[in-house]
Amino acid sequence: MATVTYDNATRIYPGADGPSVDKLNIDIQDGEFLVLVGPSGSGKSTALRMLAGLEEVNEGRILIGDRDVTNLSPKDRDVAMVFQNYALYPHMSVADNMGFALKIAGVSKTEIRSRVEEAAKILDLTQYLDRKPKALSGGQRQRVAMGRAIVRSPQVFLMDEPLSNLDAKLRVQTRTQIASLQRRLGVTTVYVTHDQVEAMTMGDRVAVLKDGILQQLDTPRRMYDHPNNVFVAGFIGSPAMNLLEEPIRDGGVQLGSIVHPVEQSKLAKAEKTAIVGIRPEDLEPTTEGGIPVEVDVVEELGADAYIYGRTTVGNQPGDTQLAGSDDEKQIVARVDGRNVPDKGQTIHFKPKGQGDHLHLFNPESGERIES
Amino acid sequence: MALDITTARPWPALLDLPWRLPLEEWPEDRLAALPRGISRHVVRFVRLEGRVVAIKEIKDDIARREYAMLRMLRRLDQPAVEPIGVVSGRLTRDGEPLDACLLTRHLQFSLPYRAMLSQSLRPETATRLIDALAVLLVRLHLVGFWWGDVSLSNALFKRSAGEFSAYLVDAETGELQDRLSNGQREHDLDIARVNIAGELMDLQAGGYVDEDLDPIEVSDRIIQRYTVLWTELTEVERFDLGERWRVDERIRRLNALGFDVGELDITTDFDGATIQIQPKIVDAGHHSRRLLRLTGLDVEDNQARRLLNDLDSYRAAHDRQNDDEEQVAHDWLMQVYEPVTRTAPPEMRRKIEPAELFHEVLEHRWYMSEAAKRDFPIEEAARDYIAKVLPSKPDDSAVVGVDTAEMPVRART
Ligand SMILES: Nc1ncnc2c1ncn2[C@@H]1O[C@H](COP(=O)(O)OP(=O)(O)OP(=O)(O)O)[C@@H](O)[C@H]1O
Ligand SMILES: Nc1ncnc2c1ncn2[C@@H]1O[C@H](COP(=O)(O)OP(=O)(O)O)[C@@H](O)[C@H]1O
Ligand SMILES: [Mg+2]
Ligand SMILES: [Mg+2]
Repeated sequence: MATVTYDNATRIYPGADGPSVDKLNIDIQDGEFLVLVGPSGSGKSTALRMLAGLEEVNEGRILIGDRDVTNLSPKDRDVAMVFQNYALYPHMSVADNMGFALKIAGVSKTEIRSRVEEAAKILDLTQYLDRKPKALSGGQRQRVAMGRAIVRSPQVFLMDEPLSNLDAKLRVQTRTQIASLQRRLGVTTVYVTHDQVEAMTMGDRVAVLKDGILQQLDTPRRMYDHPNNVFVAGFIGSPAMNLLEEPIRDGGVQLGSIVHPVEQSKLAKAEKTAIVGIRPEDLEPTTEGGIPVEVDVVEELGADAYIYGRTTVGNQPGDTQLAGSDDEKQIVARVDGRNVPDKGQTIHFKPKGQGDHLHLFNPESGERIES
Repeated sequence: MALDITTARPWPALLDLPWRLPLEEWPEDRLAALPRGISRHVVRFVRLEGRVVAIKEIKDDIARREYAMLRMLRRLDQPAVEPIGVVSGRLTRDGEPLDACLLTRHLQFSLPYRAMLSQSLRPETATRLIDALAVLLVRLHLVGFWWGDVSLSNALFKRSAGEFSAYLVDAETGELQDRLSNGQREHDLDIARVNIAGELMDLQAGGYVDEDLDPIEVSDRIIQRYTVLWTELTEVERFDLGERWRVDERIRRLNALGFDVGELDITTDFDGATIQIQPKIVDAGHHSRRLLRLTGLDVEDNQARRLLNDLDSYRAAHDRQNDDEEQVAHDWLMQVYEPVTRTAPPEMRRKIEPAELFHEVLEHRWYMSEAAKRDFPIEEAARDYIAKVLPSKPDDSAVVGVDTAEMPVRART
């Protein structure tokens, strides 16, 4: 078991305009489940491969425990890239399917047997050890494949979108299994996904990357409640956070016809306008004015419903900065499932509470405005 | 959602296939019972307008990726199965969505390793398969293809004059890059070794290969063969200016391995006393390219080597060393190769590729000469081979291999 340290680790591909991974700094604790998440091309796989020894590190270092592995070959790093494509061999028992690779590595028979039994216990496969894979269900086969990785007992597990070739149902099932398995094994794990839901449900901490640059490294809770910048705010959470550029007024921000109160300390750091972030569940209907929303779609989920609509209030970040333009903006709000508006209806929304459910970002830098 | 058939060339007959059924349930009479390797996806072969199509049921996005990757590999002149297209938007009669299908052309006269191994139990068969896989892996790595799932199951093998040549069949996990890092190449090799060992252990567990074959030892061979080849193809060599013959020597060695040198980097150090050479561009197919140029025959490299040797003997025997090379080749083709390969009756010709038949006849002639202590004309050897040997040869295109069950990993079942 081990910690993992990215110390200003940088990867520049020959001929590329800039770094694909740019001065990455992450301290991963012993036994931690760290998820690297970000849109396609953000450098997640590259970062993982640098740790695995599959991609050169051009600047900076990578440590596993106290060992500088920056220039070690993959097999000298004691990490296991958990592969999504393990074959299952029809004539070999489940036990042999799990343990045969150790034979190649020269591990003794008794040691193999004990590691396989240990892994089988954790994977709930003990009673199948002497069967052939044919006799197993799809989910059990998937677990045998995981067993193959577990018995290697490396210092660090590395997984790159390991669920991408599973069907949707097995994906959700396996996601939960991997997370709980990792916790029981306590092996430091770095996991790459482009799916923020997967990241938020699995990780002890989540590292959000964009354009090769670490945007934020936090627990899922903290990431959700306290995004450091507009990118993270919009990327984490589903449906995404509403982001509107609004004028700053004395004592608050202008939201349609109302001025929503915000602490003075925050306002002091704001310029003339701020990007206001409000999660769909932090909006509530109001009759006292606020953000007018014309309802396009209602998605009923039972207890709740999501409303997808448009407003003419504010600029969405990325728009040309035309304050007061009448371009329409997307708004998503969560409402009580027993009390949903009709399509085409216009209702007003305001943030719940007193500014504590509001996120403010600098419209130029995109950075969070802190008190 | 409507059925969407993406192909490079339109093929209307594809519409007649029962896309609404899960591949596992396709009626027997549509299928061609040909051997397959181990796989996690369901794979079936279908005869369609005189061709055999391999169909793999796989997630849409992965199918498209693999299709694009196979096209790219073909464009890079790599030995890989030929992609035909992707069929997506499939629905059952009840409107349930089905996975997409990747369509590739069944590689004629190819066999999966399981069929090769169980068919001919000669101990060196396994090592020859590995050697062929090593060549394939080196070639792929040279063009920047990072396979990610190297195994005997993910390659197909064709006989090539006593050796095998390997083709890539599963590009699902592959990535194409400008240049692979050493770590990436090592990773592929490591995966290859573990998979090969597993595949051989599996055959052993099923009683299909000899007990004294050591899977671990055989699997080690991929690393040795790969390393030797990679070094020869890429290594920098230094020598004194006086040893200039070593440049030719290096090129000859590469040719012997079946590679042409497209670009050789030659530099001298500042005092001009030592030379440094490094191949920059190498292309496989040294012999097959030469044979193709001379005769128009398109065959595996090792077969070509064999045919070229016979062409050389022909030339010597007819005392035509000073004649135009192409003219001699043309005459050899008309007077020797064509008649010999046409000796076989049509129903036996589908058992074996013409070039492979020619090679077998040459081998047969050697055995005849050894036994009778005299020479035989090739026509006579051909007649004898076709009468006595060919009929009892297993039909490569019809062996239904050892169990070729797939092992799907999915939520249903
Ligand atoms: N074009 C083809 N010609 C001949 N055989 C083929 C062809 N395509 C597939 N096969 C056979 O089907 C088998 C399975 O195909 P493939 O390896 O693509 O499936 P897979 O499910 O992706 O495998 P894996 O489990 O390795 O990911 C191959 O081993 C090969 O024997
Ligand atoms: N082998 C490579 N050669 C050149 N550029 C690459 C290579 N691999 C990745 N990149 C570039 O590096 C960036 C990050 O890619 P990647 O790590 O694959 O991102 P992600 O995993 O987040 O999708 C991308 O801009 C990509 O184009
Ligand atoms: Mg395969
Ligand atoms: Mg595959």
